[in-house]
Amino acid sequence: MCTGRVDLSYIIRGFSKGADGVFVVGCHLNECNYITHGNFHALSTALLCKKIFEYIGLNPERLMIKFMSGGEGILFTEVMNEFDKKVKELGPLGKVEGMDANTIKSKLEAVTKLIPYIRLVERERLRLPYKTKEEYETFFNSDEFNKLFNELIVEKLIISQITALLKEEPLSTSNIANALGLTPSEVSRHINTSSRHGLVRYDVEQKRYALA
Amino acid sequence: MGAIILSSGLEPFDPKVTDEFGYGRFQNVVTSMDYERLLSATGAYEGEVLRASDLKHPHKIAWIQCVGSRQVIEGGNSYCSAVCCTYTQKQVILTKEHDAGAECTIFHNDIRSYGKDFEKFYERTEKLPGVRFFRSYVSIGKEDPVTKNISIRYSTPDDGVKEEEFDMVVLSVGLNPPKDAKGIANKFGIELNDHGFCKGTPTNSMETTRPGVFVSGAFQGPTDIPESVFTASAAGSQVGELLDYRRGDLSKERIYPPERDVSQEEPRIGVFVCHCGANISRIVSIPETVEYCKTLPNVVYAQEQIFSCATNSAKEIADVTREKGLNRVIVAACSPRTLEPLFRDSVREAGINQYYCDMANIREHCSWVHAKEKEDATQKAKDIIRMSAARTFHLEALQEFDLPVDKRALVVGGGIAGMTCALSIAKQGHEVYLIEKDTALGGIARRISSTLEGLDVQAFLNDTISKVYQHPLIHVYTGATITEGTGYVGNFLTKVKSDRGNAEIVHGAAVIAIGADVYKPTEYLYGQDDRIMTGLELEEQIARKEEKVMNAQNLVMIQCVGCRNEDRNYCSRICCSQSVKNALTLKELNPAMDIYILFRDMRTYGFKEDFYREAANKDVRFIRYEPSDKPEVKVVQKKGQPVLKVIATDPILGKKIEIDTDIVALAAAVIPAASSKEVSLQFKVSLGPDDWFKEAHVKLRPVEFATDGVFLCGTAHYPKHITETINQAYGAAGRVLTLLSRDIVTASGSVCTVDENKCVSCGACITVCNYGAIEFYETPEGRKAKVNPVLCKGDGVCNTVCATSAIQLKHFNDEEIYSQIDAAIGDL
Repeated sequence: MCTGRVDLSYIIRGFSKGADGVFVVGCHLNECNYITHGNFHALSTALLCKKIFEYIGLNPERLMIKFMSGGEGILFTEVMNEFDKKVKELGPLGKVEGMDANTIKSKLEAVTKLIPYIRLVERERLRLPYKTKEEYETFFNSDEFNKLFNELIVEKLIISQITALLKEEPLSTSNIANALGLTPSEVSRHINTSSRHGLVRYDVEQKRYALA
Repeated sequence: MGAIILSSGLEPFDPKVTDEFGYGRFQNVVTSMDYERLLSATGAYEGEVLRASDLKHPHKIAWIQCVGSRQVIEGGNSYCSAVCCTYTQKQVILTKEHDAGAECTIFHNDIRSYGKDFEKFYERTEKLPGVRFFRSYVSIGKEDPVTKNISIRYSTPDDGVKEEEFDMVVLSVGLNPPKDAKGIANKFGIELNDHGFCKGTPTNSMETTRPGVFVSGAFQGPTDIPESVFTASAAGSQVGELLDYRRGDLSKERIYPPERDVSQEEPRIGVFVCHCGANISRIVSIPETVEYCKTLPNVVYAQEQIFSCATNSAKEIADVTREKGLNRVIVAACSPRTLEPLFRDSVREAGINQYYCDMANIREHCSWVHAKEKEDATQKAKDIIRMSAARTFHLEALQEFDLPVDKRALVVGGGIAGMTCALSIAKQGHEVYLIEKDTALGGIARRISSTLEGLDVQAFLNDTISKVYQHPLIHVYTGATITEGTGYVGNFLTKVKSDRGNAEIVHGAAVIAIGADVYKPTEYLYGQDDRIMTGLELEEQIARKEEKVMNAQNLVMIQCVGCRNEDRNYCSRICCSQSVKNALTLKELNPAMDIYILFRDMRTYGFKEDFYREAANKDVRFIRYEPSDKPEVKVVQKKGQPVLKVIATDPILGKKIEIDTDIVALAAAVIPAASSKEVSLQFKVSLGPDDWFKEAHVKLRPVEFATDGVFLCGTAHYPKHITETINQAYGAAGRVLTLLSRDIVTASGSVCTVDENKCVSCGACITVCNYGAIEFYETPEGRKAKVNPVLCKGDGVCNTVCATSAIQLKHFNDEEIYSQIDAAIGDL
């Protein structure tokens, strides 16, 4: 099995189950034991996950990816100790983020639901021809990527978060706006899209939105 | 019996033969073998490095290199022991892992990190904080009567002779012939060489002076692990050449009990927790761990074992599994890498599918790395086993595939490696297709006239070529290129275009022996003046007795051109010996010639050291240079003549010297063959970071690839001398035979599978699979992806790109891994 087998859902699963940090470690890039160079897939997954974290308000430093060989015991120790220190500084998931457990749970659920879609996006738009870590990092920090991310993932992520919130209880536009840090007009726009797709309905009695 | 293989190994040099190092007199002077034991978990202090005098941790440790090696003194050995530089670096790294603050000093002569990846290893050691490398001879001074510290005197370029105290001194002792080598020689009627090791023949190190008696490993001479493995397999292949007609006569087929279908039973997990002698149990509380196991869901049985891998323990696992009606087994012990096949076998013996077995690694992942945190280590062992148990619950019975084996082999590359390998395979009754890109066989050896040891390479080469052509089972294809490579172990199909037209070759095994290229220097004015040439070009000109070379008064060789640098961070291994060889040949032809060799470290390892000494005795001048202060080559006009000039710093005089020279020979790096990438893709094998072909395991499987059925030999693996190439070529033939002599091979059951109901035929999995293991096929419900389980290597990358999770890697599917993640965190 290869680092390339590390699925976005595994990382999210770790955080959902209460991990405060996740460390992905694989072989040195360009030194594949297979011929698939799956560690580049892992790198891409990790960088995308960090971006998603940033977007949903979780500290992306809670996820770390490194590449090293089985012979580099000292390096592994150093990296682990450093990461351990970092995660302890950040504290339990939600602490520096200022989020309660329910909010986090709902956000991670929203991401989990989106994973099949994200895989499609990755396949269609994020297939990268790069050969170095630097090229990957540059791409994931580029305007080009930000544009793609906003176009392809953000809206889906918001809708997924809205449905996750509504699963708990019916909410008003302003409730949702507060929970997601959006303006009420942005929320209305997404709610309209979602009702068109038959995901959400307006409950006239409660004057709130609920799952359809 | 029909043949004998002598693998009697070596004896470490005993420093007591001279009083020079105080060994035996001073308690805190130890040999590297003693130190190796101290570092070991099963050593005298259970893995703690302690001084014998006061049982305290030494903080300042000195290593003295070349103890008993490279010394022409009574009791010493004139040869280089070949392995000590690198094992010392390993010991330094391990020491720093034991105690990050340790101060380690290595007193050395040349650093000979000539093996594959050794240069990087040396660099890594050198960069560790608190590690110093000193190029100096040393003498042991006195032992402090109170502290029992040892003082060492050494010389420095700047401050003259210094004396420094160390808490412990490690003598990096060399390798001697095995004890009673003479007795062995007499008993088996073989001869020894001048150094007391077994005498081989110049073209075959496995052959002794007596037919039918073979030798492998360090009895041939100082050698490290990969070379020992080459020669072991090589000796095996040569015995095969003699005894192939009796192959398999003594083997018995294993018969396993019928497999019980337990898929409908509630999982009943048994856990066997291994002490590994004291390796695990001195850190992890085994009884506590066993009790904990019993509390885990579905674990119905747990016990401890001293060594789970011992034959009686493995049998116990099988017996208990049967008696207690277990249907899942966890062995909590070491890494699955080495012993998983053994425990799978035990489970099979109990009548359970072998994929119901899992290993929880509580040694490498736990006790070995948490020696100082016993309680936490016990907790971690429990965590690891809990995760394993969670996954084991979901394990499924998997079937392996029996594949027929085509009995023919393909050898890619017709140099010494490819031809030697092809001949050995053919001599054991298998047809071989030997393909060579050039129009003639021979490879780079066609440009080499002799070896340092005096072998006439052209005579040997011509003899080998005619043997190849005469062998009825070898089919030679010259001017050949591979147009397509498909298939898998036992059943490859390779399409070849050659002088003989187009051919489709079906074969069961493939050997990659495509050799290497020579670097074309861009430095030292190479290509701008015909008096500046590579070492290989010099050798060719010597062979042709070119006047320009024969009549030269001065000749300068510059070592390490194009390697041991940022671009190519490896040592080309053969150039030091090649330069010494050229220098000795030239001195023979023209004793008046002044020859200078500008070097960084002379790496004439093993018995080649004798030739280095001979060259120095014949007044070849060896001048060391630092990479930061490389020699300079200039052409200056003198009396209207362009004069070639080399400027270098003489480290002994400490100043620049200028040499007017007639010839400059550059020891140009050996570089991977231009076609390496292409060939690696055709045979689905990987290349290492420097683009040398990457063997399955550096030490233990040095002639195989991770891709089954593909083998490796010669300089395609790494630069090596002709004798070493021959060793590895026979070694590869030996491994090829273990495959081709079987009628079937089994392929792993842990491969990917597609749930057709979920597959939306998007093709994502197909695009990421470089093995070409997945294809579309038509079903009544439309196109669906299908995995060819024989081609699938189980990396699982396809799983992460499948939007519907239709494709799953068996034995590591989502359900199994999710359960492991949940168990990892759930109990915190």
